[in-house]
Amino acid sequence: MTAPAAARPPAKPAPPSRAARRRRWGRAWTPWLFLAPGLLLALFFKFIPMIEGIRLSLHEVQPFLGDQWVGLDNYEQVLNDDRFQEAFGHTLLLGLGQTAGAIVVGFLLALLLEGQARTLWLIRTAVFLPVVTALAVVGEIWRLLYLPTGDGFVNSVLGFLGFGPQPFLDSPDTALWSVMAVGVWIGAPYNMVIILAGLAGVQRSLYEAAAVDGVSLWQRLRYITLPALRPALTIVLTLAAIRGLRIFTEVYVLTGGGPAGSTEVWMTRVFSLGFERNDIGVASAGSMLLLAVTLVLTVTVRLLSRERKS
Amino acid sequence: MSTLTRRAAATRATPTRFDTALAWSPRPGPGLVLRILLCALALFVFAAPFLIIITGAFSEHAQASRLSLLPTETTLQNFSVASDRGIWEYFANSLVIAGGGLLLQMTVSVLAAYALARRRFRGRALVMGLFLLTMMLPEEIIAVPLSVVLGDLPVLGLDLKGTVFGVILPVGAWGFSVLVMTEFMKEVPTEIEESARLDGVGEFRMLWQIVLPLCRPALGVIGIFGYLMIWDQYLLPIIAANSPDDYTLTVALSILRADVEVGSGVVLAGALVALVPSLIVYFCLQGSLVRGITAGATKG
Repeated sequence: MTAPAAARPPAKPAPPSRAARRRRWGRAWTPWLFLAPGLLLALFFKFIPMIEGIRLSLHEVQPFLGDQWVGLDNYEQVLNDDRFQEAFGHTLLLGLGQTAGAIVVGFLLALLLEGQARTLWLIRTAVFLPVVTALAVVGEIWRLLYLPTGDGFVNSVLGFLGFGPQPFLDSPDTALWSVMAVGVWIGAPYNMVIILAGLAGVQRSLYEAAAVDGVSLWQRLRYITLPALRPALTIVLTLAAIRGLRIFTEVYVLTGGGPAGSTEVWMTRVFSLGFERNDIGVASAGSMLLLAVTLVLTVTVRLLSRERKS
Repeated sequence: MSTLTRRAAATRATPTRFDTALAWSPRPGPGLVLRILLCALALFVFAAPFLIIITGAFSEHAQASRLSLLPTETTLQNFSVASDRGIWEYFANSLVIAGGGLLLQMTVSVLAAYALARRRFRGRALVMGLFLLTMMLPEEIIAVPLSVVLGDLPVLGLDLKGTVFGVILPVGAWGFSVLVMTEFMKEVPTEIEESARLDGVGEFRMLWQIVLPLCRPALGVIGIFGYLMIWDQYLLPIIAANSPDDYTLTVALSILRADVEVGSGVVLAGALVALVPSLIVYFCLQGSLVRGITAGATKG
């Protein structure tokens, strides 16, 4: 790895002429010219809001009366709030459940649809549709499909299979699982594509050798296919689970956090505090806590994976 | 090389059971029947809802309790009701925002990537870190303070609420496309650039006429990922709106749903209209999408 770099000694630059120096000076600020639009937009719409969020989270925000410094009171309020605690549990459950479900279903889809045939490509194209559909559209469709009465679409399919009608989004007992199923439905085809790429990378000669050795299908999956997939999957999955913590749109469209708060997640709680009850300070504290958690987790995962690679 | 490709072509021409992890046999038999059944199941689970949108949107008296895969009495009634409720205005909002946002996002990413990939300068790592940080600050997490900032932009004192810029500008800086573009531009050989520089080509022409044409695959990737990211925006159009008239179509679907006078068919008609651009973009850029997903997975 290091050989080519060592073989190429750095060229010694000739002493620059005056014109060259001016050109170099010109070149010193051109990168910043190219970076300016991106940095300005990031400053105004990412970093200033972030700083503003930190500021607001430390104040009691009162319209017309002016903001009042309250220190960490808002954070305390968030951490002691029962509904935030419940929301945290739901968020965690949804994030983990969706990630795990999407990987299992994605793996099964990939095993089923692996191959060069044109029909398979067509089926893969159709199965991938949930990923490219806007989350809000997905939510609205599933609201209709999940109609709790016996003649709702999913219920009539279940009835055809001999199951009784389910309340789905209407009952606190089933709502969270129904939301999770939609999350799996969106995520599985995405994972399928990743896994298909991994499957394509498995050496065919290994399968042939395994056939010669007479191993079973299960052993073949367990000892050839899965180890080949693991490196690509672990980090993608961990990052997906972390990203799952900020789930909002699907839940908001499907249930709005109800019924009886049974699907309330962190972001829907922040939304209802910030935009419906106008409690900007506490809502900001909630947002900043979520930001801190996702930031720390992501950076840790990235560092760990880099360490393992080197 | 020719023997290699020929051998690859040969294996492709005669599929064997070593082609797939599950050793599916291409010959007719119980295995093939099972595979066809399972494929039908997968198609049903993942694609049937889309069929239901289409049939529901064109069916008379479409109700949530009477959804089906096959159209009953086809009609355009749902669309005319939906257009009375202003879906075309919402759709226009969506298209302006998606078009403008994507154009801005891609321009910004290409410019930034050019500097990050092709120029050495002090502070490059810091800038890269800042762009990566923007990926950690999605619209949802900073929604509450962002809505304050959008109402009164610091220093400039502008109120972006109620304008399309309230959505377009915040999606402009996205670390993901900057990252993808930078990684790709690093691969463009420097020799090309050096010879062009000897011919006296300026920076912008260098980017536009020499580097960018070589980056077409990466442009496809950031194009489709950017489109999906903008079309998915839900909270941002809500906080950037002064009144429901400013909503995008995807957000406005909830207004249609809450409207007791219109049935599910009208909601499905709106959903179908919101779906069509995604389908067009998907079918045009499917290759880029798959390439982007797999590249992200291998890079980690």
